[in-house]
Amino acid sequence: MSTGITKRIIACLDVTNGRVVKGVQFVDLIDAGDPAELAHLHATSGADEIVLLDITATSDARPILIDVVRRTARQLFVPFTVGGGVRSLDDANALFDAGADKISINSAAIKTPEIITEIAERFGSQAVIVAIDAKRKHGAEVSAAGTIPSEVYLAGGRIATGHDAVDWAREAELRGAGEILLTSMDCDGTRNGFDCPLTAAVARAVNIPVIASGGAGSGDHFVDVFKAGCADAALAASIFHFGIHNVRQLKLQLQSESIPVRLPC
Amino acid sequence: MITLIDYKAGNLTSVRKAFTFLGEESVITDDPAQVRDAEALVLPGVGHFCTTERLATSGVRDAVSEAIERGTPFLGICVGMQWQFAGSTESPETKGMRLFEGTCERFQTKLKVPHVGWNQIRRSPGGAQSRLLDGVPNDSFVYFTHSYRAPVVDGVSAVTTYDETFAAAVERDNIFGVQFHPEKSGDTGLRILKNFCNYAAARRMR
Repeated sequence: MSTGITKRIIACLDVTNGRVVKGVQFVDLIDAGDPAELAHLHATSGADEIVLLDITATSDARPILIDVVRRTARQLFVPFTVGGGVRSLDDANALFDAGADKISINSAAIKTPEIITEIAERFGSQAVIVAIDAKRKHGAEVSAAGTIPSEVYLAGGRIATGHDAVDWAREAELRGAGEILLTSMDCDGTRNGFDCPLTAAVARAVNIPVIASGGAGSGDHFVDVFKAGCADAALAASIFHFGIHNVRQLKLQLQSESIPVRLPC
Repeated sequence: MITLIDYKAGNLTSVRKAFTFLGEESVITDDPAQVRDAEALVLPGVGHFCTTERLATSGVRDAVSEAIERGTPFLGICVGMQWQFAGSTESPETKGMRLFEGTCERFQTKLKVPHVGWNQIRRSPGGAQSRLLDGVPNDSFVYFTHSYRAPVVDGVSAVTTYDETFAAAVERDNIFGVQFHPEKSGDTGLRILKNFCNYAAARRMR
């Protein structure tokens, strides 16, 4: 059935100390450029949204870099999500004020789930993305019920929580999240493809859009995550930063596979 | 000069920077007197329909009515457009402006709600001469994020389909509304905001 809506390609900027960086499985970071420049570059080359994550704000226990957000937002006219170190309604407020359209919460949502509802009630669910960094339980495969035992991690993958990813996604929706950003820690940075079974398990469990993240390495991976993974959007960082993929080229490939995308863009 | 109405629920920053990019000055206010005297009014809105209640209690609603009556160009965005209808089942006790007939209702679909992402707009028969959509081809992509949608009634200039077909844009005389976010819809959205600015400028010249 044609729904009218297109599948979104989201370019992610992992930022630390005001610079975009890229690591493999959350470690070994290398410099990839200036956030404002890269955001603009991605938007003009066809990215449907931009996500900026301050990946060390939580582990450094410091607030997110508002100036970087403001500078990046200034000439960006596609949806702009900011995450990392959002702990309170005030933090969220400051980010919206600086030009974010949505905020992404991860650690704070696990520690104090009420914050999801608080921000959603004030700014609307559409402005709240709950980010879930998940790792499959050792050797876990898809069960008959279509779920996969997987655990949610915090602080950029440093702390295991004991929460199951599918259960937590469901709870986040009930508490008012507007979207789920699901990162597979097993796949992140490998460029071997998204975790489609895990993405599908989460996408089927909730009635809000699920953004798949972690593992993008080729156009085929995006085709897989939209088809087998049932993702509503897919996010990638490194393949865009280093020009391995032009977003427009990627969308042409998706279109040829009958996946609805925003073209021309 | 564009006056952006602040009712403590919108993402005014995004809308304002789009106008800044277009070379248009803007002010943000919740003062009824400033709203009444504005050259052009924009009501950006996100979030719950009940937040528009504040517009009534603060006196801004009456000021908007007076301004519209005098011919002031008025653009509602997202919940700002929904407020131009009679109301919304999201908050039945909250009254809209009833500039357009009908009530906004939640999507009745098995698809995911909210409707989030880029979707296409196409002119409805009444929208052929739309000033707001001037130069915007049918099937252009714009960015939506909403769970409630307005009905296709008189005054609807463009529609979008997400399982159901709903009002994407409205227009009558000096009143304009868009369900999508022009400030987040790339060049298409900027074109639409520019059209609004041009309309407001032409009116000033008269």
